[in-house]
Amino acid sequence: MSETSVSETQALQEGLAGVASDFSSDRQSFHVHWGKAMMWIFLLSDTFIFSSFLIGYMTVRMSAQDPWPLTSEVFALSMGGEPIPLLLIAIMTFILITSSGTMALAVNMGYAKEKKKTFYLMLITAILGASFVGMQVFEWSKLIFDEGVRPWANPMGASQFGAAFFMITGFHGMHVSGGVIYLLVVAFRVKNGFYERRGNDYSIVEICGLYWHFVDLVWVFIFAFFYLW
Amino acid sequence: MSDSGQQHPLNIYYAVWILLFVISGFSYAVDYYQLQGTLRWTLILIFMFLKAGFITAIFMHMTWERLALQLAILAPPIFLMVFIGIMAIEADYTFLTRIEFFTESDFVPVYHHGGGSH
Repeated sequence: MSETSVSETQALQEGLAGVASDFSSDRQSFHVHWGKAMMWIFLLSDTFIFSSFLIGYMTVRMSAQDPWPLTSEVFALSMGGEPIPLLLIAIMTFILITSSGTMALAVNMGYAKEKKKTFYLMLITAILGASFVGMQVFEWSKLIFDEGVRPWANPMGASQFGAAFFMITGFHGMHVSGGVIYLLVVAFRVKNGFYERRGNDYSIVEICGLYWHFVDLVWVFIFAFFYLW
Repeated sequence: MSDSGQQHPLNIYYAVWILLFVISGFSYAVDYYQLQGTLRWTLILIFMFLKAGFITAIFMHMTWERLALQLAILAPPIFLMVFIGIMAIEADYTFLTRIEFFTESDFVPVYHHGGGSH
């Protein structure tokens, strides 16, 4: 009772600050760090972007008349003369999972205020992410230069294959690259005490972790739908 | 604001980490042993959702969040099912139209192997 009368008598703010306070009604919906709520909302929108790409890929693949290239042959690597199906993709998958694990540990160490361990775990995560991007560059150049795959045509089958492949893995690779930069920025800020000076709050490590795990999550779907299907 | 940090015993992270490796190994095995047909895609989907579930629930701490946040983030993607359904119908229609009005494909795939042979 008394609360409503207080809020009613409060003067309303003007301008942009008024817009924000009107829409939030001076209330908090999610009882987490604001950055974490915003990261989750960003990731939700990203989910829809990647879903649109994967659904687009489904649509062109279902409607293609030419046979779809056999991914397990296209992405085979020769080891000792014998082609091993999807070898590079499997290695990339395991690298991304490893980096997800080190990131999860970094989040834990961040909340435990273990600056040094957090820094090194995030650094390892970033290095693993960078090596993932490196392997993707290798994969792309092999496909473009050795096998003649183009976004509009390829010698293995349906011409839509190239467009779907470059679009989906390219956008994912861009996310990984961005994530590596984000990780490095946060890691070095942890190291030189930036967050210590700001109320000793290491929520940013968890927020950064959410982004990184999401990149791994998207790869799970790309691996299943694009490479294995 | 209170410290809403997510801190959990390390063992659960190690357990999920190992599980993710094992499940990824399984999904790679699906391709390695060239399983085909219904078995192939059911296994792919099961392993995919298991991995996605463990990453979201444990690594991204969704199990420990309040229901309001869980619903706000996890409910909207359900609408994607409708999108997938619509586009599947559309793709079928396009395919049938192509069969009806264009000649059938006589494409012969060419695969390069051996790597390093420039």
